[in-house]
Amino acid sequence: MPNTTNERRVISVVVMNESSVLARVTALFAGRGYNIESLTVAPIPNSDMSHITIETKGNARVMEQITKQLHKLIPVYKVIEHEEMVEKEMVLVKFPIAENLSDIAALAAAYNGGIVNVGKEMVVAQVADEPKRVKHFIEAAQRYNPCEIVRGGVVAIER
Amino acid sequence: MQMSGAQMVCEAIIAEGVKTVFGYPGGAIMHVYDEIYKQNGFEHILNRHEQAAVHAADGYARATGEVGVAMVTSGPGFTNAVTGLATAYMDSIPMVVISGQVPLSLIGTDGFQEIDAVGISRPCTKHNFLVRSLEELPRILKEAFYLARTGRPGPVLVDIPKDITVEIGEFKYPESVNIPTYKPTYKGNNRQIEKAVEAIKKAKKPLLYLGGGVVASNAYKLVRELAEKTQIPAVETLMARGVMGAKNPLLLGMLGMHGNYASNMAMSETDLVISLGARFDDRVTGKLSEFAKYADVIHVDIDPANISKLVDVDYPIVGDITQVLEKMIPLLEGVNPDRYQAWREILKRYDELHPQSYEDSDEVIKPQWAIERIGELVGEQAIITSDVGQHQMWAAQHYPFDRPRQWINSGGLGTMGFGLPAAIGAKRACPEKTVINITGDGSILMNVQELVTAAEYKTPVINVILNNHFLGMVRQWQTFFYEKRYSETDLTFQPNWKMLVEACGGIGYDVTTKEEFDAALKDAIEKDKVCFMNVAVNRFENVLPMVPAGGALFNMMLPPKIENNGEEK
Repeated sequence: MPNTTNERRVISVVVMNESSVLARVTALFAGRGYNIESLTVAPIPNSDMSHITIETKGNARVMEQITKQLHKLIPVYKVIEHEEMVEKEMVLVKFPIAENLSDIAALAAAYNGGIVNVGKEMVVAQVADEPKRVKHFIEAAQRYNPCEIVRGGVVAIER
Repeated sequence: MQMSGAQMVCEAIIAEGVKTVFGYPGGAIMHVYDEIYKQNGFEHILNRHEQAAVHAADGYARATGEVGVAMVTSGPGFTNAVTGLATAYMDSIPMVVISGQVPLSLIGTDGFQEIDAVGISRPCTKHNFLVRSLEELPRILKEAFYLARTGRPGPVLVDIPKDITVEIGEFKYPESVNIPTYKPTYKGNNRQIEKAVEAIKKAKKPLLYLGGGVVASNAYKLVRELAEKTQIPAVETLMARGVMGAKNPLLLGMLGMHGNYASNMAMSETDLVISLGARFDDRVTGKLSEFAKYADVIHVDIDPANISKLVDVDYPIVGDITQVLEKMIPLLEGVNPDRYQAWREILKRYDELHPQSYEDSDEVIKPQWAIERIGELVGEQAIITSDVGQHQMWAAQHYPFDRPRQWINSGGLGTMGFGLPAAIGAKRACPEKTVINITGDGSILMNVQELVTAAEYKTPVINVILNNHFLGMVRQWQTFFYEKRYSETDLTFQPNWKMLVEACGGIGYDVTTKEEFDAALKDAIEKDKVCFMNVAVNRFENVLPMVPAGGALFNMMLPPKIENNGEEK
């Protein structure tokens, strides 16, 4: 029997960098009822391709279908879906200036980040780390009353 | 050569060898129509509705295996075509639809007759293009035809802004296509084929499960050869009727919701399903957990996404059926057909126990009789199209189909109103054949305007309306599952069919007896004009056997077990 538990997976999709290619990919997920947890897109340097990284959830059969259906899209060149991926995610968090800045700096440093901007009323910290650690950082940051959190979505590369 | 975008469209159509284009002009596509007026490389059929134009191109494609072409304008012209695209997409029919679009400068401004055609058609086309410059138009046209007919075939939309059709540029139709992201797999993996052959040799109760892919791959001769060599029995899906040929003793019939007893029992008891170009549709499998429960599965399909989509497959083979069978058949050389003798006998007993049957009547025409009678009178020289509903299932069950492409119907999407325009397309493609649309009093009124098209172009399509004054299939479900509450299915109020068809330039026949039926059909064939045969049939006849939706295939409602055949007479 196939694995029926819903597992988090990261799928890398290499596509032709042409108009509406992202719409084709996201419409496929919407139309067939698959989840998108996060999504990042950017052109691949020195090529006419783009790299789309999709974080999704589903059981083994759903994963197989997602992979095959993605591959069926005409502008899709390659679909990479396996467990051996190096994954990173970025997050920006805005804190009130009144919070303890050295604590925030130390916390961000512990997650490979730091303070990247200081304004009159706000300070912005940046962290780039594994998605799980980013989640931990956001949890830990709660005690400093963050007023805005922007996550970047997962980027991944094969090991 | 220098020419306008509109000319390029016509030149591409001619270069692709298309003889007939179906369509309907309008503002955004007018420049192309102006060029159609000037050329004589192909004929254009003016359907009376864009949906019908696309169905007609679809019928043309199904009858020939060639790419069908339809042309529509922007906005409502395109949205009307969507049902046609979806119909072709679900049944993997090669087709190119060319739509006009507002000029590039107006795109995104809610211009008159502007609609996001590529956005709307994305889930119901194999691929679609919005042309953004004249330079890319020849390449896109070439790719559209290539994508439509290669791999798993399907409809492709090319949406062309009006200003691009006016612009003049250099035209050179590409000779080849290079799409680095599109490389369908045609050759099956040798190792997988060998493993599948071993499984066939070990099986005791193998079963060929044949789908529309056999038709698309033009592989029916190889499939028959495989069956004859091994003496493995076969079942066909709705889309594969004609593949084995009705007289073939190895053909059990159609399986699924309205499959015959022997076919459904064979699928329930087989130990090895050999699926060729079928996709395990829910109307075929019934309850998935009970489907082919005791079987390993060999699945040959050109679309990898079809494999293990619904049923776990033990021997997946991605490839074109023709190429896979060319490798597989020689490997089966040593198989002794006697090996499956006991299995064939079990199935023969099943068929004798509950053959595909109905109770005929002398008082009223039974729809099944009408279909069998058409088969007796015109048989293999006819192409049969159908609409959707009871008449479609009766035609699939009872017509003696001899070859693929003889049976043209909307299987996957189930589009009412498909039959008449598809028949027009098939008749344009195969003028020497008698083309008969088996339809119902519900379906025929969707796209009934196509009578005018058929009359204008002297395209004599015979429409046999199996008239039960009901939306029969819905009525049947209401009888069985909704305690006979006939909500909005009673079609007692009807047009005068004879007057309707005559008003459009055809001939009408009202038929209430078997004698009248024979006389009308003979006269219709002789007169060679579009016609209606309005056949009054038994009102409460049901399509049987029937597997209730979601039930196991072996739990069929069978003719003798339904009291009074469903309802009061």
